[in-house]
Formats: sequence, structure tokens, C-alpha cells
Amino acid sequence: MKQKDFLGRRAITATALGAAFMLVLAGCSAGETGQTVSAPFTGEYTGPEVELSYWNGFTGGDGPFMETMVSEFNAEHDNIKVVSNTMQWVDFYQRLPAAVTAGEGPDVGVMHLDQLATNAARNVIVPIDDLAEELGLTSDDFTEEVWDAGVYKDARYGIPLDVHSLAMYYNTEHFAAAGITEAPTDAASFQDALDKLQAAGFETPFWMPTRWPSHLMNLSLLWQNGGEPYGDDGATFDSAAGVEALEWQRSMVDDGYSPSDVAIDSQYVAFKNGETSITWDGIWQINDLAQSGLPYAVAPIPTIGETDAVWANSHNFFLPRQSTADQNKVDASKVFIAWMSEQSAEWAGSGMIPARQSVRDAGALEGLPQEVIAGTIDSMRFLPPIPGIGGVQAETLEIAVADGVQGATTPSEALKKAADSATQLMDDNKASFGG
Amino acid sequence: MSTKVGERALPAGRARRPSASQPESQKNRGVRAGNRQQGIATPWLFLAPYLLLFGSFVVLPAVLGVWISLHSWDYTLPNKPFVGLDNYAALFSPGSTVSGPFWGSMRATAIFTVLSVPLLLIVPLAVALLMSKKFPGRDFLRAIYFAPYVLGVAVISVLWRYLLDNNIGLVNHYLGLLGLPDDTAWTTTTPAAWVALVGVTVWWTLGFNAVIYLAGLQDIPVELYEAARVDGAGPWMQFLHVTIPGLRPILSFITIITLLASANMFGQSYLMTQGGPGRETRTAIYQIADTGLRNFQMGSAAAMSYVLTVFLMAISAFVFYIFREKQPRKLEKEVRS
Repeated sequence: MKQKDFLGRRAITATALGAAFMLVLAGCSAGETGQTVSAPFTGEYTGPEVELSYWNGFTGGDGPFMETMVSEFNAEHDNIKVVSNTMQWVDFYQRLPAAVTAGEGPDVGVMHLDQLATNAARNVIVPIDDLAEELGLTSDDFTEEVWDAGVYKDARYGIPLDVHSLAMYYNTEHFAAAGITEAPTDAASFQDALDKLQAAGFETPFWMPTRWPSHLMNLSLLWQNGGEPYGDDGATFDSAAGVEALEWQRSMVDDGYSPSDVAIDSQYVAFKNGETSITWDGIWQINDLAQSGLPYAVAPIPTIGETDAVWANSHNFFLPRQSTADQNKVDASKVFIAWMSEQSAEWAGSGMIPARQSVRDAGALEGLPQEVIAGTIDSMRFLPPIPGIGGVQAETLEIAVADGVQGATTPSEALKKAADSATQLMDDNKASFGG
Repeated sequence: MSTKVGERALPAGRARRPSASQPESQKNRGVRAGNRQQGIATPWLFLAPYLLLFGSFVVLPAVLGVWISLHSWDYTLPNKPFVGLDNYAALFSPGSTVSGPFWGSMRATAIFTVLSVPLLLIVPLAVALLMSKKFPGRDFLRAIYFAPYVLGVAVISVLWRYLLDNNIGLVNHYLGLLGLPDDTAWTTTTPAAWVALVGVTVWWTLGFNAVIYLAGLQDIPVELYEAARVDGAGPWMQFLHVTIPGLRPILSFITIITLLASANMFGQSYLMTQGGPGRETRTAIYQIADTGLRNFQMGSAAAMSYVLTVFLMAISAFVFYIFREKQPRKLEKEVRS
């Protein structure tokens, strides 16, 4: 109903001032800068009973798993009660800074790896180096990129729970009908599969989305082509590697493998309905697809470019800044994070890949659909820890990819314009975040 | 929800005014004379609750908004440097990162307003005229026409997003069955997206305007129609010379609120088209919310709000001017007495 207020038939005075009003609310208590001073973490919590508010964005097939794990934690810990508050990630990143700034933030939470730097720079989350040390977590147990991305200005802000990447889903019935026995792994076999599917009567076997997750496909392909989306001097996703990536995406439409102007989510709905044979989406969709009863299989995305690479992200635990430090809550939160990290094998049931090598080696993924994806963990690529990068990307690359796939502008033109604008925005961010 | 209650209460009160105001004001004159003996504070005390709300939720934010718009204001950062008119200057300098998207969104708002307002003035009037006739099932039909307005914007937008989907939606499917073109991308290409957004909005809100028209129609004295008939006026002449003048005060009210509501469109494009294709259906409010609340550039967002406000005030003033000018109040009174 919230949006309704935006549309409300207001008197003129209230018209555009609604926005201003929200700004005021947000600005009200921006003054406090009380930083939590962490005492050394002891690994146990023996203090009085505390209730922890735990924020996360697990609204998909991963949600029920998180709820079960939270209940288990509560059952095992008499003096800690974790109450989770689950919301859409989009709202999460909007609300968290507002809540923390107003002194109403949660006690503990989970966010994406590529948001850690942004929120660290905004002073929304606090360093947790001591926790990492106490848990005995070192880079050895993690993929280097995941581990390093949790560091901003020499301090660690996140404890990785999982990694999740883009994957290729395909309809096994369609594949069987087309006589394809193995999941395609490169440009040639992918092309071959598409042609065979078309020959078997599946007219549009690979719907190319214009919105989410189209820019993730673009990033994956850019990395495969040897490019980097962001450099030291700004955005570089308009490089030849990026343009080639977007041209390939557009070619799926031009060559008739995909209908044009695919609206948001409809490629996924079409896949679930058996209207299309292949779709690239996140591995977090595994449970949703399993429940739908669709005959599907999952495989790593094929290497269209020269090297194996796929976009990935990671869920990280963090501690928010508190206006009034309650050491008991901080300690209890750390116990919670430590427990969750150790139990991350169970989290694999949500479709994610546990971030810890030791947990994976212990067989957490055995027999799970994402096992094949976990094999490619070394080719997973993450966005660099640049503060404000998420907002920049949403305003530039995502729109350029949409324009390019729709054919409104040529790929090179769309990316060039967006990259120029992204570089400007990154410069602005540098200035406001202090480098 | 509070705004919505206010929205509904307002038109009912206004709608009654044209015909009922005269006797009421005469009645009031006696009462007011008695009031004069009361203390000076009395009216203020009566006004206090509203003034408090008005002050803290309209005046104060408005003033603070100006202050914010003069800063590079990210509420999560400790320093919010004063930048003077830079935020406004950036909006008006073509090369900046904000001006392109902002003026694009203003253009989108203008397109939506120009397309939707005439429809939202005419279609509900036609519906109201129909619904004011006596026929079996009239109340049921009135309810049907009003029903969509009860739904939230999230409900209607998600509903229509799937119905209108160019590849998996029902609308194109049925158009195909009828032998019409079935490949229109209603939510991902323009101008089809505008047709979809305007169509859905008209479907959604026409009931509201129709109810106000209906109230207005019922306030037109039956004698006027009788008199017109005696003078030999047909249905069209009656509509032109009795109904339209009778509705004029209401027409100005409906025009203003419809204009403002259309200029404030956000939810439909946010949920149905995600502002796409590209940024083409991203409206001004959408852009402001995105800039301020998602990208934390409150200063720039506040500046955009004020530019939009200035536009809306100018347009509202223009509409008031037009209706004032043509309003033959005196004539109406003469006819009535």
C-alpha cells in the first residue's frame, strides 16, 4: 500500500513535498556517530537473556531454510532469542541505512558481498576482525576473492556464509526431444543445442531477458571475454569485451532464439511453463524449480568467451553500528554468526554453496543440484569492493543492457554512454566517501 | 491510508457546496454573530489540532526540504557539505549525470499527464451520466465501476503486468484469437507502454472521478431540466446548457486533482514497466524516489522535488484561472432564484 501514498490525490502543497518529508524523517537523527567498541570475542555467551533482531532478505526459496536454522539456534541457546525480520533485498538496502542512522537498526544481519564496502563507507556496519580471528577463519578456507571483498580500508566487515552464482537451467524433456545428451559447455555446443531445439519444434529455446538478470549475464560474458567492468579510473564495461558480450546477447534475439522485448521475470515464468528450454538464472532458484515439478537440470553457464567465468555474489553476516552499545547483544550476535558459519552445511539445502572450503570438503553438497556449480567456484567473479557500486550499476549498466538487448540502441553506443555516466557517478562517490 | 480517507472525505464536502452553500451561509450568519463575543483564542484553539499536523508535516518539511536541497545531503554520511545552488544548477546543465534522467522523467510525467487527464475527465463523466439514469441493476453497476479503485496500486500493477506481458500474457493471447496483432510489447516498448499505463490507470481510477461527477449531477435541480424541456431543448442541448454549467465547479476540482494525481504517478510504472524501456516511462516521482531513497542523494532529490513543485503550482494556477474566468456564478444564482 505504500506506493499508493505516492499516487494519492493530495492538495497541491503536499504534492512534491511528500518526498521532502521523507527526507526529513531520514535526516532527523543523523547526528549520532556512536561506534561500537568491540571487546575481544570469547566464543560463548553467558550473560543475561537477550533478544536479537536479525535482518535478512531471504524471501525466496532460501527463506524457509533460514527460518529453520534460526529456530534450531534458538532451541540450542537458552539465553539468546533471535527474531528474524525478512524483507526484499531492494527494501533491505534502503531501510538498513535509515534504521541504523535513526538508532533503530538490527543487532545482526546478512547482506551481499558487493554491498559491504558501501555500507562500511556509510558507517552502517562495523569491523568484525576479532570475530574472524576467534572463529579461526582465514583466507585458506575461502576463495580468495570472496574473502578479500569483505575487507574495506584494512578492516573486515563481513563473514561469508555462502557463494551463489549464475547457472544455466534447462528443460530435460526438451533436451531429450531434441536429442541433446549433454549440457552445452561452450559457444559452439550452445549454438548447436539451440539449433537442435529449434529443429525439434521449440521455436524460442533461450529467452533473453531485458532486465534482471540480464546485466549479470552481461557481466559473466564480459569476464569470459577477458574484460573488467570497473577499473581504478572508473567504469570500463564499455570495453570491447563488454560490447562483444552485449552483442552476443542481442544476437539471441536477432537470430530468433529469443522473442524480442522480454518483460521482467517472464523468461523465468516461461521456463517454468515449458515455453522455453534454457534460462540463465541464479542458483537460489533451485528450490523453486524443484517445487514446480518441472523436469529440469542445472549446469554451469557455458563459456561463450575465451575463459571460464561467471558472475557470483556472496551472503555475508555483519554487525550494524549501534547508537547505544549493549555489549551483551554484541556478544550474543557474535555467537549467532559463529554458529551459523559452522552450520553452513545445512544452508546448502537452500540452493546456495557454502563459502567455507572445509564445509564443502566435508560433503555438504553431496547429491545436491548445485554440486556441479560448486565445481566452478574458482571461475566465479565478484564485483570489486567499491563503495556505492551497486547504485551506480543499477543506474547505468542495467539500463544500457536493457537498451542493448531490446535493440533500442547499438550495444557499443548504449554501453559507452552508460560507462561515461558511471565514471562520473563513481567520481562523485569517491568525493563523498572520501576516496 | 490516512491520505486516502482524506481524499474521499474532501470531494463529498466540496461536491455539495455549489447548491447547498447559499442556505447554509445564511444560516451561519446568525451563528457567527453570536461567536463574536467569544475570546480571540477560540478559533485558534479549534484550528490547533490541524495546524499542528499541517505545521509539522507540511510546512516544516517544506522548509527543511529547501535547506536539504542546498546541500550535498547523504544522511548516512557525517558531513553534508553546503553546495549552494549546485543541485539546481546540475539539473539545468545538460552534461551532468542528473539532468538527463531528471528531464527525461519530467517528459515522461508530461506524456502520461497529457494522455491520461482528458480520458479521466471524459470517461468518468460518461459513466456518471449513465449511472444517474434509473434502470435495474444500477447500484450493482455503480459498485462495479468503483471496485478497481479499492485495490492497491501493487495489486493492479502486478495483475496487469502479467495480463499485458507480450510473451506470456492473456491480453495478447485473446487479441490473437480475435485475429488482431498479438505481438504488441505492452510493457517493454513505447508507445505501447504508454497505452498500457494510461489504460490501466483509467480503468483503476475512473470510478473515483465518476462518483464525484455523480454527486454533482444529483445536485443539479430537476426543475432546470424541466424548464429546458419546456423551452424545447433536446437531450444534447440539456447536457450542454444545464448539465455542463451545473458541473462547472466540480469540473475544476476534478481537473486539479486528476492533474496532480497523474503528475504524481509512480507505482504503475515502477511495478509494470520498471521505468522501461530504458528510462522512458520513469516518472518524476520515480526519479526523485530513486535518487533520494535508493541512491541517498537527498540534496539532489529535494532540488528535483522543488522544480517539480514549481511546475505543478504553475499548472494548477493556470487551471484555476481558466475555470475562474468562465464561471458564471451570478448567472447561476439568478437562474436559481
